[in-house]
Amino acid sequence: MLAQVLAGGLSAGSIYALVALALVITYKTTQVPNFAQGEMAMVSAFVAYVLMTDFETGFFVAFTVAIVFAFVLGYGFEAVILRRVRNPTHLSLLVVTLGFQLALFGLAGWKWGAEQRRFPFPVSAHEVLRMGDVTVSTLGVATIAISSVLMVGVFAFFRFTKLGVAMQATQQDSMAARINGVPTRRVVGLTFGISSVIGAVAALLTAPLITLDTTLMWDPLLKGFAAAVLGGLNTPVGAVLGGYLLGLIENLFGAYISVEFKSAVAFLIIVLVLWFRPSGLFARHYKRKV
Amino acid sequence: MKLAILLVVLITLPLVLPGYRIFTVNYMAVFVIVGLGMNILVGDTGQVSLGHAGFMAIGAYTTVLMMTELGAPFPLALPAAGLVTAGFGFLLGLPALRLQGPYLAIVTLGFGLAVTQIIGHSAFFGGHMGLVVPAATLGPISLSGDVPQYYVIVGAALVLALCARNLSVTRVGRAFRAIRDSEIAAATMGVDVAYYKTLSFALSAAFAGIAGGLLALMTGFISPGVFTFLLSLMFLAMVVFGGLGSIPGAILGSIVMGYLNLEMDAFEELPLLGPALESFSSRFMSSAGLPNVGWVVTGLLIVLTILVEPRGLHGLWIRLGAIVGGGRGDGAGSSGPPADPSGPPAGVS
Repeated sequence: MLAQVLAGGLSAGSIYALVALALVITYKTTQVPNFAQGEMAMVSAFVAYVLMTDFETGFFVAFTVAIVFAFVLGYGFEAVILRRVRNPTHLSLLVVTLGFQLALFGLAGWKWGAEQRRFPFPVSAHEVLRMGDVTVSTLGVATIAISSVLMVGVFAFFRFTKLGVAMQATQQDSMAARINGVPTRRVVGLTFGISSVIGAVAALLTAPLITLDTTLMWDPLLKGFAAAVLGGLNTPVGAVLGGYLLGLIENLFGAYISVEFKSAVAFLIIVLVLWFRPSGLFARHYKRKV
Repeated sequence: MKLAILLVVLITLPLVLPGYRIFTVNYMAVFVIVGLGMNILVGDTGQVSLGHAGFMAIGAYTTVLMMTELGAPFPLALPAAGLVTAGFGFLLGLPALRLQGPYLAIVTLGFGLAVTQIIGHSAFFGGHMGLVVPAATLGPISLSGDVPQYYVIVGAALVLALCARNLSVTRVGRAFRAIRDSEIAAATMGVDVAYYKTLSFALSAAFAGIAGGLLALMTGFISPGVFTFLLSLMFLAMVVFGGLGSIPGAILGSIVMGYLNLEMDAFEELPLLGPALESFSSRFMSSAGLPNVGWVVTGLLIVLTILVEPRGLHGLWIRLGAIVGGGRGDGAGSSGPPADPSGPPAGVS
């Protein structure tokens, strides 16, 4: 029973970890939580869906195009909208991401309605793999595998490539990075592109699990925020760990305490963490600057 | 004098307007009340809330449950709902003492979602099916029908608007703005930041709670599905679009957004624009999704406001005044630009 619950938590946690990672890498760059993240991912999932159903392409073509689309959307959002905010403050940037979220949600709803669609996926949520007493759906296995490969890839990218290091430099001190020859504007745009891609992968893994509609990413986005707060909004590794941890806590809560209020756990965690350890479980220090 | 004219217009309005329009006005007035509260929190104090639909839900459910469970009359249940909501606002304000921008946004977002989830899962609150609002009376007068409701709702909006205006010119209002401009400077000047921040949350929540009670009165039915995250976003959009920190801006923004929110289901009935939208929808988008145009418009309005005129309608008004008045800036705006000293105070011809 426990092992089964933990396995379920791990596959749910993979999605949260992806969303949290996507949020954190842009948060570190702009100090603003990108609320449009979820909707950008949802629209990317719809792009894949339309390619597969209306144009009858294979899954991998649709997947690739959706990823490219997500990248362009993320880059474009930063370059066309966020960058042009004059005298940016936390509040105005936050409001812009909310406005973009609302506009994307409306556009998607206008185009695709409120209908719930079955999202075709090579592996199914109903076929199961048995490992001793534990059964995991093949989709769950794919989710865990794809997300961990992607996250390892992202961390390697940040650590070992020139662009990744430039992104980290921009996150830490944009002015110093620019002085040292980093084209910070382009780097910020690329960061949003990568963040959007990570979010889109999360959406493409969520859509076959439930059904595809315009509210696809609402729940994962809140969970991603909770995970990021749990692990630390400024620590990508912490946010990923927070994602897995949240998935596990949530499933344990659902199994042993109450299924009905399972979703409220995320909010409880946010409040508790912010009350007792505002910088997150895995962050090193927290300073309030004047 | 201005107030007297406004009063006369507001009192005679239901005699002139066709019946179904009165419902529209009532709906917009409910939004105005929320907008006034949002303006205290976001515009004056500089805090952010993505969970005001949750406060509205608490206000609506308190009003209805006071009437059904305790048999309280509506005029008693409504202020009580305001008080209860203020209590919740105070509680949500507590974490706000330690949190800034992004964290606060996430907490309030989670709060709004948690409220509707708890309501939706509890039999006491009627679950997802919602509650029917009992018939309300004000003394001997029945409050069913749009016209009596008009006087209650618009009356409440007017009184609360005057309260908000008076508040903004007192010590409390100045303390709020000092916190917005610089928390540390405010604390240095002796402003009790913790006290005023929680007070701002409580007041703003109370406005939303009263609006919730009035919404229950006018719709006759409440369910958790009404008080969504999108509604909270719309509330934020109202004050951003209207102009943060400006009461007339908040009122105007709320009226525009309230209208948009109500008419969302009937875009195809708009004159001229409606048929064009409908044919565009069926060709390129989908007819069933047409109501979503409202969200597109709201979202784009917010983005454009921040990009073009961050002070919203209030800022446009100042600019217009500057053009009409021949470069004479309006120094009355709390966040307005300093008047151009070199510009001659030319008379309007």
